[in-house]
Amino acid sequence: MAYRSKLKYSDVTPKADFLNRRQLMGGAGALAIGSAAGVLPKWAEAAGKYSTDATPNTFEEISTYNNFYEFGTGKGDPVANAQRLTTDPWSVQIDGMVDRPGNYDLADILAKVSIEERIYRFRCVEAWSMVVPWNGFELKQLLDMAGVQSGAKYVAFETLVRPEEMPGLRRSGIEWPYREGLRLDEALHPLTLMATGLYGKELPKQNGAPLRLVVPWKYGFKSIKSIVRVTLTDKMPPTTWNMLQSREYGFYSNVNPNVSHPRWSQATERQIGGGLFAKRKPTLMFNGYEKEVASLYDGMDLKANY
Amino acid sequence: MPTDPGRKGVLFVSVADHINRGSRRVPIWSVYLLGLLPPVWFLYLGLTGGLGVEPINALERELGKLGLQALILGFSITPLRRFLGVNLIRFRRSIGVLTFYYIACHLLVWLVLDVQILSQIWADILKRPYITIGMVGFLLMLPLAVTSNNWSVRKLGADWRKLHRLVYPAVVLGGLHYVMLAKTWQTEPLVYFAVILTLLATRIPVKLLTMAKRGQGAV
Ligand code: HEM
Repeated sequence: MAYRSKLKYSDVTPKADFLNRRQLMGGAGALAIGSAAGVLPKWAEAAGKYSTDATPNTFEEISTYNNFYEFGTGKGDPVANAQRLTTDPWSVQIDGMVDRPGNYDLADILAKVSIEERIYRFRCVEAWSMVVPWNGFELKQLLDMAGVQSGAKYVAFETLVRPEEMPGLRRSGIEWPYREGLRLDEALHPLTLMATGLYGKELPKQNGAPLRLVVPWKYGFKSIKSIVRVTLTDKMPPTTWNMLQSREYGFYSNVNPNVSHPRWSQATERQIGGGLFAKRKPTLMFNGYEKEVASLYDGMDLKANY
Repeated sequence: MPTDPGRKGVLFVSVADHINRGSRRVPIWSVYLLGLLPPVWFLYLGLTGGLGVEPINALERELGKLGLQALILGFSITPLRRFLGVNLIRFRRSIGVLTFYYIACHLLVWLVLDVQILSQIWADILKRPYITIGMVGFLLMLPLAVTSNNWSVRKLGADWRKLHRLVYPAVVLGGLHYVMLAKTWQTEPLVYFAVILTLLATRIPVKLLTMAKRGQGAV
């Protein structure tokens, strides 16, 4: 069932559509030049109400500085080691408390969802940040496809484990697969995205191709990459960094400048791309998405639920 | 296959001899000159994109790594002579001074380029254990750097040797700092730490060992 679709994942990626919307650019080459020449603010005009108008980081910045421990612990390891990853065919197992559990072929999923561009701020727990023009669809669309049952309270995610293609699996004391989770209301929030592309191109493998989560108001490690399993459950699922160091990484891990992490003050951040003399800037509550998501946590002690 | 310990020994001695003879021809100033360059080179790389899209952390890490390697090299000079007959004592001071220079650059990058904000600097030193430990390591190296001159050696006499035992805790703290700053248990810092502990073990005085043995026997 998993791999029988005629449509390939690459056939339904958003590239063509993306370029049509931006005819002023006149092609992929001009796209790169355009960004260098400062045409980028135009993007923001075209972007939907959920996008920031901040200038995105370059494709190079976004795709060469990554944390993806399945390919190594260095920031440059993912781009160096991820290129052998087979992302096509790809399927996602959706199970647990859903009406239609099963192995969903990615091409079938993509044929049913609407891909849009979202320019989001991205804040890593290591106190660096980027602005990323993702292409993707709201996670809600996927959950609706599977039919969430009424008792479900959480969504759990798992990353692919394929030792032949992921050299990092051999090392580092992490118990694979990489796991993440969201509360159901967080998962259904319109900001919560399943990304399939970057800058209108296929998502680079080091960025979590072919399908990754993006939750812009949480620290980056919540935005799990290369997803192969989505499970609806009524219990808070175990999550990888929390399993490793529960004192350092909570289940919620909302960006919060007022809650210091044992390793990094979270009060400030440095945006990638500023060179050797980049200044730090203040980190915003919920990474700047306070208006949209603060109500999800009404009445909750965010210091205790970090 | 029969081995010939005698021949192996001879080979070893001749390699050590070779190094000893060759190194005598290396002027100390050239060590300083060469040792001065790596931080300058990394700074150049950082300014020209050679350290990737996040050059501040990359520079900080390059200098930390360089400092730790130099620290370990300086720390291995005595065991190298004692166990392998390789005599690099002539270079010990220059290696020590260069180590301090590397770690001072490492600290400077952290202060000026990385953290930038004064209040946050204090908070980080007090609150982040791996920073606290690195800082203590650096502070222990300070008196060593200040007394790395002939005048101090003469002036302090026997105390100079005692003072310079501070390098023991400094190298251990440096290694620990590296192990702690990784988010998970990673191989490389642990290998460095194992090397440090091994070198440390070679310093346990023979007297102490025999004492420990006798103590065990008595129980
Ligand atoms: C004995 C003195 C020290 C030694 C031997 C040392 C060594 C190191 C080493 C080996 C690294 C990692 C390099 C890598 O990952 O390749 C490192 C990183 C680092 N060190 Fe030090 N260090 C020392 C003192 C300090 C001091 C005094 C500070 C600041 C107060 C400091 C702050 C840092 C920081 C911020 C990092 C990078 C951490 C990260 O990227 O997450 N170190 N150091």
